[in-house]
Amino acid sequence: MTALLEAAPRSLTYAEALLEALDHALATDRRVYLMGMGVPDPKGIFGTTLGLQEKYGPQRVRDMPASENALTGVAVGSALVGMRPVMIHQRVDFALLSLDQIINTAAKWHFMFGGKQSIPIVIRMIVGRGWGQGPQHSQSLQALFAHIPGLKVVMPSTAADAKGMMLAAIADDDPVIFLEHRWLHPTFGPVPEGAYHVPLGKAAIAAEGSDLSIIASSFALIESLRAAEALRETGLAVEVIDLRTIRPLDRAAILQSVRKTGRALIVDGGWRSFGVAAELVATITEGAFESLRCPPRRLTLPDTYTPTTAALAKHYYPTPTQIANAAREMLGLEPLSETRYGLQTDLPCDVPDPTFRGPF
Amino acid sequence: MHLAQDQTDLAAGRRRHLEVAHADPVTRRRALLSEMIRIRRVEETIADRYAEQEMRCPVHLSIGQEAVAVGVCAALERHDYAFSTHRAHAHYLAKGGDLYAFLAELYGKDAGCSAGRGGSMHIVDLEANFLGATPILGSSIPVGVGAAFGSFLRGESRVTVIFFGDAATEEGVFAESLNYAALEKLPVVFVCENNMYSVYSSLGVRQPMGRDAANIAAAHGMPALRGDGNDVESVRSTSAAAISRARAGQGPTYLEFATYRWREHCGPNWDNHLGYRTQAEFESWQKRDPILSLERRMRDAGEIDDDFLAELESSVRKEIDAAFDFAKTAPFPSAEDLLTGEYAEPLG
Repeated sequence: MTALLEAAPRSLTYAEALLEALDHALATDRRVYLMGMGVPDPKGIFGTTLGLQEKYGPQRVRDMPASENALTGVAVGSALVGMRPVMIHQRVDFALLSLDQIINTAAKWHFMFGGKQSIPIVIRMIVGRGWGQGPQHSQSLQALFAHIPGLKVVMPSTAADAKGMMLAAIADDDPVIFLEHRWLHPTFGPVPEGAYHVPLGKAAIAAEGSDLSIIASSFALIESLRAAEALRETGLAVEVIDLRTIRPLDRAAILQSVRKTGRALIVDGGWRSFGVAAELVATITEGAFESLRCPPRRLTLPDTYTPTTAALAKHYYPTPTQIANAAREMLGLEPLSETRYGLQTDLPCDVPDPTFRGPF
Repeated sequence: MHLAQDQTDLAAGRRRHLEVAHADPVTRRRALLSEMIRIRRVEETIADRYAEQEMRCPVHLSIGQEAVAVGVCAALERHDYAFSTHRAHAHYLAKGGDLYAFLAELYGKDAGCSAGRGGSMHIVDLEANFLGATPILGSSIPVGVGAAFGSFLRGESRVTVIFFGDAATEEGVFAESLNYAALEKLPVVFVCENNMYSVYSSLGVRQPMGRDAANIAAAHGMPALRGDGNDVESVRSTSAAAISRARAGQGPTYLEFATYRWREHCGPNWDNHLGYRTQAEFESWQKRDPILSLERRMRDAGEIDDDFLAELESSVRKEIDAAFDFAKTAPFPSAEDLLTGEYAEPLG
């Protein structure tokens, strides 16, 4: 894909990249249809479905009743008979209403009927953050879904990966949970023209280094890259691994990096206990123990819910400064201040960028 | 009087297709009766042989409820879809499911319809368009609506029938599914077998007086009909009308058939002695045996006689014995198979 990026220097937002992927899929595969509450809305699911209903019609780009559970079953049933639905939840939290159909039906169908059928569905879920989203509009449940055999769980962090992994997810014959962080939607990046797949199940090296491996995904990956850049200014070269796919994990890539650096710092946007970071610590301890120069460490959300008030929310999410200082601690170095790193900002903690005015 | 059916068909014995849509009434009645008897004998044999401890999975037998499966499936065409629940044996067989693969599944064999992964509670036969049966109450209902939806998007003239019981109508997903099927005018027939019990719990502890699932369906703007689930001909003609409606693009119908489960909820035994229902109630339903009722009517009309029934029982017995032999001698999946089958498309 590097060649594609070099040949295509245009920049899109993550949201625009997703829109392009969906547009392409709808244009080239009659089996594909979109379904979600508010899909044809004027805001177009944060810009990711804008104009699609006008272009492809209401039969293929569909609004839906407030029946997440049944409609997930409908998506599964339609996939059984040859369709390729992309279902969209505006928040991960809303998908919880459909856990029976995701876990008992979609994830298991291929297995429990002896491998005769497959469920090629994609379910997009958006992780909320900021502007007082609060406890039920900001959950990041990759660990929950990644625990379930039969599901694939992806969390692309760049615009190019968002497009390529969406196209790969739609083409994939298994149910794919596609987790997008709300604060990634406005981020820019080079995106190749036309169709391409970014393979599922493969991590990427987002930054090369040899002092320590930071392993992250989704918005935490962006924060980790900021930390890595700040650390570079202090003379440290940390490697940053972008997981991209949570299930199945690219264990080989993770172990290769940790065997090289000897230090693993995992940054995950879910809660601390029983999460993705815990799985990575287990993987690293089991597979690269002899290489470790210090215990693996995790930076995650604390085991509590997102408080709505910004006064508390500002202490809730790992920051680039915290990530950088955790790395320095693992290297036996003193922590540095936000200002020393050049990471100080006037931006309020509860908005993704200065243009954001609320409400959601 | 002898069976009109070809002996080689019976000898093949693995599937039956109820091709009765264009048959004359007598031929049709013989086919309906034969199929109910065949299913009853399969279920009774499972019950008799369960103590051999080789069918090591929960079984929810259809004994007493055969007329709903046979009546509905007789009104379907082969390319129509069907979905069901934990109590799916009769639906699977009546839809044309493979008897050998079904029994092998109960025996946990690799030749089972679900390769031993699913057992009695997760049976499937794609060739018969019996797309799956799952035991989470209500869970297969929206999947059936989805198959109808996919079929509709593809411009096919297929109908999807979804079988479920009275307790499934208490699940929220039931109402959600009715809503969507009605909203999109999907080619679905919802078939509720109301046998009044959910394990040991009677209707009275689960649903308030006057609550009627048929009314819930009607409130979503679809025809909702109730019928005698033990009168196979009435089931067939009621279903045929609903299926035609669906095929003509007029949308879903809800059908509710009153029937009764003879044996325990799960397992081969009789359990009326437990007291959750009365022996008197059971006996009143046993008198309305769907098989004996039709048999009596047909004898009175001279459409069948002792010879017919004896031949039928004999050939059904041969077929069932051969199927059990197949299931018992088929190999188990091997240990290497344990971790296969997570994904249709393994990665890396």
